[in-house]
Amino acid sequence: MKLNINNKLIDVDVRPDEFLLETLRKLGYLSVKEGCQSSSCGVCGVLLDEKIILSCTYLTLRAEGRKITTLEGVRERSQYLVDFLAEEGADQCGYCAPGLIMAVMSLENEIDNPTEEEIYHYLDGNLCRCTGYKGQIRAIKKYLDLKSTRSEVI
Amino acid sequence: MITIKNYIAPNTIEEAYDLLIEKKNNQILGGCAFIKIGSKTIGLGIDLINLNLNYIKDEEKEIRIGATTTLREIETSLVLKNYCNGILCESVSSIVGVQFRNMAQVGAGVFSKYGFSDLLPCLLVLDAKVNLHSEGIIDLKDFLKREYKKDILKEIIIPKKDGKAVFENIRKTSGDFSILNGAMYIGKDGTAKIAIGARPTKAEIAEKASKALEEKQKLDEIRKLACEELNFGTNVKGTKEYRKGLCAVLITKMKERIGD
Repeated sequence: MKLNINNKLIDVDVRPDEFLLETLRKLGYLSVKEGCQSSSCGVCGVLLDEKIILSCTYLTLRAEGRKITTLEGVRERSQYLVDFLAEEGADQCGYCAPGLIMAVMSLENEIDNPTEEEIYHYLDGNLCRCTGYKGQIRAIKKYLDLKSTRSEVI
Repeated sequence: MITIKNYIAPNTIEEAYDLLIEKKNNQILGGCAFIKIGSKTIGLGIDLINLNLNYIKDEEKEIRIGATTTLREIETSLVLKNYCNGILCESVSSIVGVQFRNMAQVGAGVFSKYGFSDLLPCLLVLDAKVNLHSEGIIDLKDFLKREYKKDILKEIIIPKKDGKAVFENIRKTSGDFSILNGAMYIGKDGTAKIAIGARPTKAEIAEKASKALEEKQKLDEIRKLACEELNFGTNVKGTKEYRKGLCAVLITKMKERIGD
């Protein structure tokens, strides 16, 4: 089958019961992390047609003809957010960061100028065992504020 | 561990149904969000993704929700936000996270009759029907009572109602499964319904309590009737006695929100 990953068409052989997480990691997209493997923690989040999904329970065969985006595909776009996460001390072990960043990209695609409540609600599915979320929310708000004032740079 | 030996995404519902009944271990794939919770071997996984069952149709007398519509699409639907206080949008909005709700499909949850479903009590108080490929349209209430039989759920049909409805649930943390959930509806025509789910068995209408609500009996009486007529059970989330106690609290919360 062919998969559209980060705007590149890639040939790949998959099993009928192979999930996207396994496929992406074997293709070298190592930003996509393995966590709970049961749709609970959000670390395996990738965008499918610009919306966040959990790659650990998404069948790869189902993704044919759809657009898959991993953190490798939004490196430039997410750089400001990465900087703010570091600045706010919101990134300790870093394991949840790729899933969190992809969820923020999805939030941006879906909601214009989200309120703090909407941000919390949207990121409810992203678990972090290190930071207590406050730093992440500060970083995300800074990132979204920057986006609204300097749209040309992001 | 989950094993799927073969996968197919048919282009017609007839083909999907024929494949489904061909062999015992052929199975319809829903959103697959819960697929790793259990352990099973599926001979042929049949994906309904090509059947154009992803829709929320606002028709004159009813709202039709296609089986492959995601929970996130229900949560954000303007049609559903404007229907009975947005009860359906609210009921799905705490299920795990947005990532999960972008995958989980409404048809899979309803057809599987999950006890923990937050949507089922709401659909019950709204008198929803299910449209099955083989059996046709039947009341959700009757469907939930029946034994499992292979079929394909095409859509959920919700009659347009003029009234207020609320959903309440008790869960330990945001995104966790409900320990107990429920829905209450009061129509402008005087009809009323209460359904309680996650007991931990599947949602059910509390008939006597619903009648008492219709007759505007005292809240204490409504709570008492619901706790007496429904069966409660024990699982890892809570004991039978705890759930019974919570049921009274849940009904109070719903009644306070819905008003008279």
